[in-house]
Amino acid sequence: MNRLQQLFEKEQKGLLSIYYTAGYPNLNDTLKIAETLEQSGADFLEIGFPYSDPVADGPIIQASSKQSLDSGMTLPLLFDQLKDLRQKVTIPILLMGYVNVVLQYGVEEFCKKCQEVGVDGCIIPDLPMYEYEEMYQTTFEKYGISNIFLVTPQTSEERICKIDGLSNAFIYLVSSAATTGGNLSVSESSTAYFKRIADMKLKNPFVIGFGISNKETFDAANEYANGTIIGSAFVKNINKENLEGSIRAFMGQFR
Amino acid sequence: MNYFVDERGYYGDFGGAYIPEMLYPNVEELRQKYQSVIDDEQFQKEFKALLKDYVGRPSPLYLAKRLSEKYGANIFLKREDLNHTGAHKINNTIGQILLAEKLGKKRIIAETGAGQHGVATATVCALRGLECVVYMGEVDIKRQAPNVARMKMLGAKVVPATSGSKTLKDATNEAMRDWIANPVDTHYIIGSVVGPHPYPDMVAQFQSIISLETKKQLKEQTGSDLADYVLACVGGGSNAMGMFYHFIDDESVKLIAVEAAGKGVDSGFSAATTTLGKEGVLHGSRSILMQTEDGQVVEPHSVSAGLDYPGIGPQHAHLFKTGRGLYASITDDEALQAGLLLTQYEGIIPAIESAHALAYLEKMEFKGGENVVVCLSGRGDKDMETYMKYFNL
Repeated sequence: MNRLQQLFEKEQKGLLSIYYTAGYPNLNDTLKIAETLEQSGADFLEIGFPYSDPVADGPIIQASSKQSLDSGMTLPLLFDQLKDLRQKVTIPILLMGYVNVVLQYGVEEFCKKCQEVGVDGCIIPDLPMYEYEEMYQTTFEKYGISNIFLVTPQTSEERICKIDGLSNAFIYLVSSAATTGGNLSVSESSTAYFKRIADMKLKNPFVIGFGISNKETFDAANEYANGTIIGSAFVKNINKENLEGSIRAFMGQFR
Repeated sequence: MNYFVDERGYYGDFGGAYIPEMLYPNVEELRQKYQSVIDDEQFQKEFKALLKDYVGRPSPLYLAKRLSEKYGANIFLKREDLNHTGAHKINNTIGQILLAEKLGKKRIIAETGAGQHGVATATVCALRGLECVVYMGEVDIKRQAPNVARMKMLGAKVVPATSGSKTLKDATNEAMRDWIANPVDTHYIIGSVVGPHPYPDMVAQFQSIISLETKKQLKEQTGSDLADYVLACVGGGSNAMGMFYHFIDDESVKLIAVEAAGKGVDSGFSAATTTLGKEGVLHGSRSILMQTEDGQVVEPHSVSAGLDYPGIGPQHAHLFKTGRGLYASITDDEALQAGLLLTQYEGIIPAIESAHALAYLEKMEFKGGENVVVCLSGRGDKDMETYMKYFNL
């Protein structure tokens, strides 16, 4: 059982995960940000490895990805930055990025390296379920890496059940039809959607992300889900000049 | 060997639908319905009627006599430049707008590089009275002012793509993001044989009218429906796929796809994807693309905006890998010279895209009497500024 699976076995409510882009705002802050986030109450983290064409992302994460790439971030460099990860950070870590970067690195090599540095899972939004199942599932499982699938308001119940069957940590519920960085408006339709998923009694816990930006949306999502993921709002608030202070201040809203 | 799409949405190792879950319902709806819609008798009737009466098809297959004498072979030009809006792009947008209507969509989005596909999309939206939003790189908007004005006049909203390199690939990303945010009422008209399955196959089928007509016209003019060589330029590859489509299983016909070498394959300013690229995933399909060792997409270069794309469609990647097609490249200079040559030998000013295919004739050796078809995918009006600068006209 990896750290992620252990966490969800222990905690069932109110989990908070933070996404940030590796290499942003400074190339070598990756580990420092992880440490600060753990100290200020994050339950698990998603570290984004940047891609030139991030179609599922809105302007904030696009910009942080571009700046990170311009500073020289690569997947091999990220793994190098993470080599002392487990001496400094104990909470579960996911890597998030696009499939082409993983394919060029090599899927098996990627999983192996994740296991080596102590990464517990990954989110690859443009790796489809069919391809995962046919080509990569055995490799991911061999190295104990949980692959996280996304579900949206338009995903059919049949497909959600299939995703539930293929998942072994949690399901990532996309809050509304949008790229990252929008503002979730807590409406009847969104709460009906969250409730619909909660009522399906899936075997995996689920966590809501996309558009969670403040205490109000955080609380609304937590009412139905096992936790929430905050990305763009966090990335937007990081202050290069006052890295730790800005992270602690942001986390203070929720913890 | 199967050169066409299989039931999984793949062409050999290439294709598939590498899309985020947010796009899955849209793409899945298309996947389930596209073939039955296209095969529907009523759809075919409407599609053919519009191609005939609105686009002006069939486009002529013209035996270019002076060019033939120069090269010592029978050079036939498939005149897609004579279509309404000036290029082959409209074959696809007519098909997709009818399909969008059958799916009950109210809003159309598209990406465009040079603006040809944007104009072809805005045209069919005006024709059918549908809302149209075209994403175009900020850099391209500045480079292609007349096409921007045409789209606006046709009633389309042109939205600048300001992310990344601000060109075609970024416009495509923005269109995909729009589709993510508007999953129910919107249809995305992709302009080339790229994107997630079923787009490459769907666009190829709509463009296949080019080779369907060519075969019939060859039969009338030469007595055989087969040629020795069929040539077309390739950016994403839609005119080439339309030109190759009905010849693919006739293995005696040599298929030649011409990519843009830009300032030279090794110059760092090139769009010669099969030479410079590696297998990977871009815009929803596994294909060949120009990228760094780390998998970041590289910005291509070509004097011709329509070939300025870092990937090729998955079916092209398959034809390339299996050796069924020959993938060559032509530099900016060679293409511009070929454009001038056609103009002065035949009185036809070609689009610089199409001039890449024409330029390859210089590199071929003929015994004499071979039948060669070149797809003249578009007319050169849009390229006059480039021609003027290059030739000091």
